[in-house]
Amino acid sequence: MFRDAGLVAGKDLRIELRSRVTLQQVLPFAVLVLVIFGLALDPDRGFLGRASAGLFWVAVLFCTLLAVQRAVAVESADGNRDALRLSGLDPAGIFLGKATAVAAQLLAVEVVLAVGVVVMYGVEVTGVVLLLASALAATAGLAAAGTLYGVLAAGLRVTDTLLPILLLPVLSPVLIGATEAFEAALGGVASDGWPWCGLLVVFALLYLTFGTLAFGTLLEET
Amino acid sequence: MSAPHTTTSSRSTRVLGVLSLAGLALLLGYALWWSPPDVVQKDSVRIMYVHVPTAIVAFSACGITTLASAMWLRKRTEGWWVLGAASAEVGLLFTGACLVTGSIWGRPTWGTYWTWDPRITSTTLLFILLIGYLALRRVDSEAGAAHRGTRSAIVGVLLFPNVIVVHYSVDWWRSLHQTATITRLDPSIEGTMLFTLMLGIVVFALVFTWLLVHRFRVGWLEERAAGGALDAALVQRRAEAGLAGGPA
Amino acid sequence: MEPAVQLRGAVTLLGRFPALAGIDLDVAAGETVLLRGPNGAGKTTVLRLCAGLLPLVRGEGRVLGHDLADPAQARALRRRVGLLGHATGLYDELTVGDNVRFWGRACGASPADVEAALVGCGLDGRLRDVPAAALSAGQRRRTSLACLVARRPELWLLDEPHAGLDQEGRDLVDGLMRQAVAAGATVVLASHDLDRAEALADRVVPVAGGATGPAAPTSAAVVAGVP
Repeated sequence: MFRDAGLVAGKDLRIELRSRVTLQQVLPFAVLVLVIFGLALDPDRGFLGRASAGLFWVAVLFCTLLAVQRAVAVESADGNRDALRLSGLDPAGIFLGKATAVAAQLLAVEVVLAVGVVVMYGVEVTGVVLLLASALAATAGLAAAGTLYGVLAAGLRVTDTLLPILLLPVLSPVLIGATEAFEAALGGVASDGWPWCGLLVVFALLYLTFGTLAFGTLLEET
Repeated sequence: MSAPHTTTSSRSTRVLGVLSLAGLALLLGYALWWSPPDVVQKDSVRIMYVHVPTAIVAFSACGITTLASAMWLRKRTEGWWVLGAASAEVGLLFTGACLVTGSIWGRPTWGTYWTWDPRITSTTLLFILLIGYLALRRVDSEAGAAHRGTRSAIVGVLLFPNVIVVHYSVDWWRSLHQTATITRLDPSIEGTMLFTLMLGIVVFALVFTWLLVHRFRVGWLEERAAGGALDAALVQRRAEAGLAGGPA
Repeated sequence: MEPAVQLRGAVTLLGRFPALAGIDLDVAAGETVLLRGPNGAGKTTVLRLCAGLLPLVRGEGRVLGHDLADPAQARALRRRVGLLGHATGLYDELTVGDNVRFWGRACGASPADVEAALVGCGLDGRLRDVPAAALSAGQRRRTSLACLVARRPELWLLDEPHAGLDQEGRDLVDGLMRQAVAAGATVVLASHDLDRAEALADRVVPVAGGATGPAAPTSAAVVAGVP
């Protein structure tokens, strides 16, 4: 299973490297979202600074939608679904591989957003460990749930409009947890944030497990 | 279903229906007249007798949908397929009622139609979860794939866990930022008010069951009508080649 | 020896439509069988059924010893067959070499097998590093073929393998097929290029309206003295 996951993740990331969609489209979109928030809300830096944790994660959430749709669109083309079923790859491995690739892209987006938030909104980082841990846990959860729901909604005519309403309510606990954890890490009391990090870890494990178990069934139905 | 049905009502649903209506009348009496007004909220608390039961019923509907989806994936019998959608639809109705009554309750109590009360917030997310599920089901049924319904069933299986996770996350989150929440069930509530609340829960459960049975039957009949004759289709298919006879 | 393919009254649905309404097919190991019939007859569906991709609704089916009615066996069957369909199953952003390497490694082919496949399909030159999106339709077909060859399947299921290929490409396909058969593989193909296909096949099975008619040996087979 892990060998297959590595193969699929490698393939997805290689596709990303060649097409550079994340680099050329998703990252600029992320920065754009930060700017748009600045335009829509009072650009008084103090206010944006207080809201920065939440705004950061909202931006990540939108980028998750893009990354997931992209990851799934790659497989929807030209008979790839059939080829995957015929290939002998372990479906659980395919799921983990795709989720890993999505997570890697999201982490790249988060790094850029972090720089953007520090520069544009002016924040102070006090709890670095908490920050990194919760970012990793949240990203894992976003990637796992995103990949699962992305494939669930794939290949339908209405995928682009259906995926957001399916996925965003499901991801709301991640948004809440990650925002709370970040707020604790950005000038708050760090110990307040760790329980939220725990929630993120539980969420990620739940979806990784469920996705691994359900993906085989999912791949079989056309 | 043995004999062909022309209507979805039957002895049991008529009994249910009568009980529900009688119950509603009774509830109305208690809610509006016989139970006392709340010390703090005065008469506006009365909407709690509708709002809380609808919330409980909506949650239960999600639970039923999750169970039905899981059983559909295991057994693939049509009943479970129809039950999942029926429960979700009726549940959607009750969720909408919950949101509307919650909103109406909010107006006189806090002077606003919306508040970030945990119950209302997670119920709104629940509403959208149900819409998403039903939207996917509609498209899934149209797709007509060999294993149709698997997508929706998986989303259905995740529905109740999502509801739980979202509910607790929002609850925990709001408990940090807000001291008093109106829709939290006050444990010190007692007497006639408690009775009315319990009555409300029972009555709404009855109404839900009644609607669910009807909706289930309609769905069942729809499936029967669409299922049709594989044999007839086989004959037609073979006739394309001018080959005589039925399937092998 | 156990037959490679054995279908009796096979019925498969696409949605509610019975794409196959009673297929009888026997293919012995090492044989080459041509499915012939009008568009919409169900030839593609027969091939996909034999690949273990479609569930059997009625009738019986055994392919390479796997019972098609059992989903687990059907899944296990897939590794042993190679299906060349209408869709190419390639990733547009990846090069020819990347594609063949990925699909080859996915089913456990060794790097040597992958290399041999690329060479065998004439893709080891300049084309190796061209992204799939930049290929012509014929070149894409050849890349798909290379992905199939790399798997070294026991049963080749070819859906119109000559379509979209130039003369050289068609000769290539024929050569690869003959090589595979010589090595013990079984081939079932559907083709509209009847002259070429009949020269390759041992028997012809007509398919129409989702059902099969009586098979007949090809003239090539008759000449070769195959019963």
